[in-house]
Amino acid sequence: MLKVTIGQYYPADSFIHRLDARMKLLCTMIFVVVIFFIGNFLGYALAALYLVVVIRVSKVPPKFLLRGLRAILFIIVFTAVLNVFFTPGETLVFELGFVRVTQEGLLAAGRMGLRLVMLIIGSSILTLTTTPIQLTDAIESALKPFKKIGVPAHEIAMMMTIALRFIPTLIEEMDKIMKAQMARGADFDTGGIVKKARSLVPLLVPLFISAFRRAEELALAMESRCYRGDVGRTRMKQMKMALRDLGALISLAVFTGGLFILNHIANIHGIW
Amino acid sequence: MSIEIKNLCHYYGKGSTFEKKALDEINLTIEKGDFVGLIGHTGSGKSTLVQHLNALIKPQSGNIIIDGEDINADKSRLKAIRTKVGLVFQYPEHQLFDMTVYKDVAFGPKNAGLSEEEVDERVKTSLEMVGIAPELHQKSPFELSGGQKRRVAIAGVLAMRPEILVLDEPAAGLDPRGRDEILGQVKLMHEKLGITVILVSHSMEDIARLVNRILVINGGKIALTGTPAEIFSKFDELEAIGLSSTQTAYIMRDLQAKGFNLPNNIFTVDEAVATILEVYLHE
Repeated sequence: MLKVTIGQYYPADSFIHRLDARMKLLCTMIFVVVIFFIGNFLGYALAALYLVVVIRVSKVPPKFLLRGLRAILFIIVFTAVLNVFFTPGETLVFELGFVRVTQEGLLAAGRMGLRLVMLIIGSSILTLTTTPIQLTDAIESALKPFKKIGVPAHEIAMMMTIALRFIPTLIEEMDKIMKAQMARGADFDTGGIVKKARSLVPLLVPLFISAFRRAEELALAMESRCYRGDVGRTRMKQMKMALRDLGALISLAVFTGGLFILNHIANIHGIW
Repeated sequence: MSIEIKNLCHYYGKGSTFEKKALDEINLTIEKGDFVGLIGHTGSGKSTLVQHLNALIKPQSGNIIIDGEDINADKSRLKAIRTKVGLVFQYPEHQLFDMTVYKDVAFGPKNAGLSEEEVDERVKTSLEMVGIAPELHQKSPFELSGGQKRRVAIAGVLAMRPEILVLDEPAAGLDPRGRDEILGQVKLMHEKLGITVILVSHSMEDIARLVNRILVINGGKIALTGTPAEIFSKFDELEAIGLSSTQTAYIMRDLQAKGFNLPNNIFTVDEAVATILEVYLHE
């Protein structure tokens, strides 16, 4: 049936898993930004090396990361191809009618492809090593500074937690309703667009009704446990920064520093 | 009209690290007109097994043969198979969707491509069979009570005129009166229409009252089969797999142990009351 890879967590006990979720979120954000400043392939090699080390330390099997990549392979290829054809450049590699492939185009495509791949792998490491609950807690604390200007940080985090919690439940529910309607001769696969859209009514109506019912029950259960939002709420699991979090930040700082030095050297010597 | 299951196996999450055997070499035959009870505790594979019967789940290995036809052999026959084998899921009222009770019950027959008159006739007789009064036909199914909703949902499957009716815990979550009504109607349908009925249930009492054959499933395997009398006298075997005989059977056994002269094959409350009274009045 349907497989959801968003927020998929790989349970293991590693240095990366034990890091504070807030630190992991910060580091991932810095990494993603830094990736876009790399201008040469030496830099990409360094970034790839850094990623490989992080993956090894995280104990996540590489095949989990590749699986995430497969899902967006099309986007990567598409972006790369666009870059090949629409980058202006002088050094012609070959020309076929109106199609001009230049060296600059190929390089831009390669850079963009590598960036996307590393971006996905970097953020997958975050979701694979952090439970969804920890992640939303981290997002909540990241949004805290914006509370002063009226951003409901706690509510956003709570909504995300609940949404993540209910994805598998709703998929299961949909599977069940689909089977029940198929047992009554419903057909979800054949016919034109109009017919297909109409055939979804017997699926979506019960699904929405059950989602509302669950929402109502959950609200009641939360209220009966005296939930009243953010104010005065304490946590069972306090997030604490430790020495290892500082270590992670320093390693990222060293990596970033190394990249900028490489960038500088590459600029002077004109390396791609 | 017999159902034949041969070497049926099914794994959850096949090929992944979470692989788990749900059905393990199931072999069984159900004759036409049988009223079969399927017992087993949660996670024993009951629901997975019944979903194979109308090809909602395809066998990973093994065959299901209904009336001599392998139901997974020809994809174009799927609709016909699903018409022949009606499956009522757990909490079937969760599948109601249409504006009126009438339209919801008509969904199945309409999908089968029947004429308007035929659909109308089927909707009316099915609703009558489950005891939904005509004045409720144009109401929204969501305005009905829980028991009524469930009966409308069952009528939606009956309107397909199945020759084999499979009900997965039809009485779950209903009050005692609602459950008696639903099960009484199932029994009546079995007698009146002569269809094969397979009833999945947790309640030994319900099974003892209704069926003429029992299948006990445990850990994806058929653990016991036989008539209610055969199954419910196997106290130890049932307890060994986390089930039990009927409460009445335990009372009768304890009374026998106390020295009362009672027959061996009493499993339902009504029978027990009659027998005990008879013995009591005689002594």
